[in-house]
Amino acid sequence: MTVASAKQTTGSSPTPVKRRKRFDRQGRMAFWLLLPAGVAVFGVIIYPMFRTLLVSLFQVNSALATVTPFVGLGNYEHVLASPDFWASMGRTLYFTLVSTALELVLGLAVAGLLNAKLKARWLFRTIVVIPWALPTIVNAAMWKGIFNAQYGSLNALLSQLGIIKDYQVWLGDPTLALNMVIIADVWKTVPLVAFFLLAGLTSIPTELYEAAQLDRASWPRIFRSVVLPMLVPSISIVLVLRTVEAFKVFDIIYAMTRGGPINGTETVAYYAYQTAFSDQNFGVGSALSYIIVVVILALSAVYLRLLRRSDMSLL
Amino acid sequence: MKFNSTRVRRTIGAIGIVAAAALVVSGCSVTGASTASGEKGSGTGTINALFMKQAGYSEANIDEMITKFEAANPKIKVKPTFVAYEALHDKIVTSAPAGTYDVVHMDVIWPAEFASKGLITNVTKDFPASWKTKMLGGALSSAEYKGQYYGVPWGPSTKLFFFNKTMLAKVGATADDVKTWAGVLTVAKKLKAAGVVKYPLSWSWNQAEALICDYAVMLGSFGGSFTDSSGKLDVNNAAGVEALTWMKKTIDDGLTDPASLTFLEDDTDKSMASGKTAMELNWESTLRDQNDPKISKVVGQIAVSAPPAGPTGLNPGVNGSMALAIPSKSKHQAAAWKFIEFITSEAEQDKYAVSSMTNWKNSYTKTDITKTNPQVFAAAGVAYDSMISRPAVANYNSVSQILQVEIQNALLGKKTPQQAMDDAVKAANAAS
Repeated sequence: MTVASAKQTTGSSPTPVKRRKRFDRQGRMAFWLLLPAGVAVFGVIIYPMFRTLLVSLFQVNSALATVTPFVGLGNYEHVLASPDFWASMGRTLYFTLVSTALELVLGLAVAGLLNAKLKARWLFRTIVVIPWALPTIVNAAMWKGIFNAQYGSLNALLSQLGIIKDYQVWLGDPTLALNMVIIADVWKTVPLVAFFLLAGLTSIPTELYEAAQLDRASWPRIFRSVVLPMLVPSISIVLVLRTVEAFKVFDIIYAMTRGGPINGTETVAYYAYQTAFSDQNFGVGSALSYIIVVVILALSAVYLRLLRRSDMSLL
Repeated sequence: MKFNSTRVRRTIGAIGIVAAAALVVSGCSVTGASTASGEKGSGTGTINALFMKQAGYSEANIDEMITKFEAANPKIKVKPTFVAYEALHDKIVTSAPAGTYDVVHMDVIWPAEFASKGLITNVTKDFPASWKTKMLGGALSSAEYKGQYYGVPWGPSTKLFFFNKTMLAKVGATADDVKTWAGVLTVAKKLKAAGVVKYPLSWSWNQAEALICDYAVMLGSFGGSFTDSSGKLDVNNAAGVEALTWMKKTIDDGLTDPASLTFLEDDTDKSMASGKTAMELNWESTLRDQNDPKISKVVGQIAVSAPPAGPTGLNPGVNGSMALAIPSKSKHQAAAWKFIEFITSEAEQDKYAVSSMTNWKNSYTKTDITKTNPQVFAAAGVAYDSMISRPAVANYNSVSQILQVEIQNALLGKKTPQQAMDDAVKAANAAS
């Protein structure tokens, strides 16, 4: 051991204590800084989740119920045996699949346009984001007006173009109404998807395009062999996000159709709301909420598994 | 290994803390509700009141009433919140545990549910005996459950029959021709044939309570009722099915606007105000809107009568009365009661007779009051004589939703009226 190193050793002996003290101080500071966030997370996420789980195991028939018999998994059994639940599940699945697919295809097209080297590209990018910036409730009210059977602009447009003879009641038939709600949802969400994909598009190096062009690849081929594989990370994020969001769809239904006609637009989240708050059947409503969570978890897991196979996936 | 066991211990610890905290916060009840009721309070302070923004008293009317009340009671401030009728029930339910509101506007179909589940306060002790004789029976039922009072009626209400007399005159029809539903159909066919209006009739047949109200009027006029003597739903009887068959036929014959299946009362109101509907059922305040030049193109053209009579000769109106109740967790119950007493008083209701009819029998004899809204007073007087009520059951909302779906199934031709009503009765009686 050299003198220098010996000096260093002796001199460094109090350092860990000091460090620990500093660490303790920092730890305490971090604790206090994180506390508000922790309380908020506990208050608005963990506690309600735990309470909902608890309520789902009891028969709770009033917002102020104090007598609540324990029913175990009875509420879950009740939900799974209910034809109304399966019908709403089917509608939700349809809504999720169709709206997500449309949003992805249209979003990709819009992203392609926004990525093109146009004059005033910033202006187009700003305009496209507007539907996403609208609150869902405003979007729903607007589309409700557009689809109105008496004075809606869709009827006016189609009849003036000679496509329809009589005004149509767009929200008056269960299947048609569900598709119309999907259109409203797609209009609002395409910008979000487009921006996610645009981010992916801008990160593709131009050299790849140039190389493909040198190889005399056609545009469809470039799209298939260069653009799409490079976009997989963005697509994977968008797919997971949108599937989960679409599966939980509630507000646009509440504002546009309130589940009608003939429950044709009653999605599973709306069904859960009705059961819990309109029928005051909070036990069954809570069980429904947990079933929704399980389905979303399962869907996400399948997606992540599929996408993880790809080398390019971020997930 | 050490790391794993530490993590496991930490996780279990965290779950334990969460569980303990949840139980502490919940006060050991699953819902978090305690048995402690609200408080009378000092009779002063700020009270929050929840109102419906639709038919009846307008927001401006209620704001005026509040200003007068606050002037007379300077120690009480009233903070009103207005929501659409469709949101009112759920808002009352979700705000119940927190005691957010001190006064809530309640529909005639809810006392059974709210009272049996303890959401509203029993005010029988404060309810003067004289009110029971001085108020109209139909209005009283909006605050009563099992002989106890859970609020104070605030306007009886029923759906009346509104028609555009200018349009009717074009086919030589008068008020006398639309006194029966058969007459209404004849006039409607003439209006359509003459091209006066494409769809003479529109209704509020959206999947909502509004549909049940319209169905109730038709059911009553065909001599039916919702329940049998034991209180079980039995709309699959002859009258129930005939009423629905009649409704469906008006769609098939092109007399009813097919958009009716997406309409609430406000939409039929607008449709008539824009001259697209010749005849409709709607609440009393409709005439006020039709004669408001800001929102109506048919000012002065609309007349009103009691609902037309069905084949039985009966023409009951649907009981759509409302009441004001005090939620059980309110901490200002004394002040809330003072406010309710004030705005439900005869003097106050008389002032706004154009918007809503009054509870007080006496008002109907005062010519200076009836002349403020003579047509509606005349029509409502007849309609209030016999009213059809919707079932007073604690699970009314579920029953109503089942009925809404099945009635729409028949109206859209997905099921025959008989099949639809059979299914409704089966599902509703299984749910209760």
